Amino acid sequence: MTAIAVQPHVGLATGLRQTLTLAWRTVVQVRHNPWELSDFSIQPIMFVLLFTYVFGGAIAGSVSDYLTFMLPGMIVMNMLFVTMYVGQGLNTDLTKGVFDRLRSLPIARWAPLAGRIVADQVKQAWSIVLVLGVGFILGFRIGTNVLALLAAVALLLVFALAFSWVSVLVGVMAKDPERVQIFGFTALFPVTFVSNVFVPVDTMPGWLQAVVKANPVSILSDACRGLMIGGPVATPLWQSLLWAAGIAAVFAPISLWAFKRRA
Amino acid sequence: MDHAIWAEGLVKRYGENTALAGVDLAVPTGSVLGLLGPNGAGKTTVVRILATLLEADQGQARVGGYDVREQGHQARQLIGLTGQYAAVDENLTGTENLLLLGRLLGLSRAAAKVRARELLEQFGLTDAASRAAKTFSGGMRRRLDLAASLVGRPPMLFLDEPTTGLDPRARAELWTLIRSLVSEGVTVLLTTQYLDEADELADTITVIDHGRVIAAGTPEELKAKTGAQTLAVRPLHERDKSAVVALLAELAGEEPDTSGRLVSVSVLDPALMPQAVRRLEEAEITVTELALRNSSLNEVFMALTGRPAEPDDEGSGEP
Repeated sequence: MTAIAVQPHVGLATGLRQTLTLAWRTVVQVRHNPWELSDFSIQPIMFVLLFTYVFGGAIAGSVSDYLTFMLPGMIVMNMLFVTMYVGQGLNTDLTKGVFDRLRSLPIARWAPLAGRIVADQVKQAWSIVLVLGVGFILGFRIGTNVLALLAAVALLLVFALAFSWVSVLVGVMAKDPERVQIFGFTALFPVTFVSNVFVPVDTMPGWLQAVVKANPVSILSDACRGLMIGGPVATPLWQSLLWAAGIAAVFAPISLWAFKRRA
Repeated sequence: MDHAIWAEGLVKRYGENTALAGVDLAVPTGSVLGLLGPNGAGKTTVVRILATLLEADQGQARVGGYDVREQGHQARQLIGLTGQYAAVDENLTGTENLLLLGRLLGLSRAAAKVRARELLEQFGLTDAASRAAKTFSGGMRRRLDLAASLVGRPPMLFLDEPTTGLDPRARAELWTLIRSLVSEGVTVLLTTQYLDEADELADTITVIDHGRVIAAGTPEELKAKTGAQTLAVRPLHERDKSAVVALLAELAGEEPDTSGRLVSVSVLDPALMPQAVRRLEEAEITVTELALRNSSLNEVFMALTGRPAEPDDEGSGEP
């Protein structure tokens, strides 16, 4: 037996490398389960097509006007749904015992969770590109410039990262992975639909307008519209970042606390 | 003596439930300790505390001299964990699972590949190397699980019910693998519900029940205490039952248990069997069943606690 040189702690660089290794694992999982990829690919494509062609004419008068209005918000909605994969994957690891194995290894304590979250940013980036791509095929055009578009993607990823903490909490609390999905649908559908993603806010009754305007989904959608097609950016941008910071500040500690209790 | 794994006074409570009520154990370096007990006895809780997955409410534990509470990271560098709860990723192939662990443990890509290939070969999984783990049979999965805990060549190994739910052949294969690890000098803490498994693999056995150690010693010492084997006789006619009870009581020197017409008594000396046959023949008692078998955990429990072990639902874990 070889003698083992015992290290007192894990360095930050090593921890980051371990995080990337664990993220690699999630990406490999997708390669083995292509239908998981279709899960978060087919649904947004279907939504884009449905809303554009079924509702587009009725809501905005023309299909192409509606596509321009709706696509940035659609990307926001899809981003929120994709964050649920963090919780689902985490829950699978917890219930199947993979997390126990990882926690029994001499790796950074935060690496397994961070690996999960980082890996899902890859899925996140993929689905943003996907919805944008479908939009382009249907006739969506950027009204600003590439830099602004990249800024929109960056903003979406930052918000996704913050919202992942909500997903972590759901993943830790849920009994099994299916329940994470159920939560995703039942909680996120109203939140994303009671927003200005699909319908301009001024068509709604007054009391609902107040709710919709305060909804961070609306604010983030406004910021993305501003960055992708033009219009006011500054206010919705800083408000979005504030919301992201707020969500992370509230949910990260709660999620970590719940995570430690469960694990 | 030099103890690779040592614990004293481990207490763990979950609300009102006391999972561990003060467990002591010690595993000398290079030996195998069998932690024996029925479902819910606290075996998994002990392993989880020693593997730094769970903190004890009271008590101390050291692994390789490192306090599991204060020096968890050091302790984790010395251990491998296999069991009901430490699983492989079902969506990854055998190779990928081992590669993942190798990379996490700091091996280079090339070294991790070599190690993965080595382990797959050693565990007879080469053919399944590129199949997703979810397609594996129960026995293959356990072997991959065991292989996964050995990637970093840990000097200490925790095996939490490694063969629960396996068929006899897969069980025997796993036993052979565990024995070869022990011969390489690995210190093993093995939990099991099966007396024969502890007997087969362990140098010393600690029996726990309701979170308490109720017996400890070598398998021989334990057998001496509890009766190594059970002699069971079932007379054909009900009228002979009392005669059989008297006969077995005389031979074994203790009062037999009866269940229906089956009369059983624990015995230490296998030579009692032919004696019993002769005496039954002399008494002209016809029997439908006559057997000398190894004591089950239940019988060990009877002997140690005076009551049967909890109903055994096989394959399910404890909380």
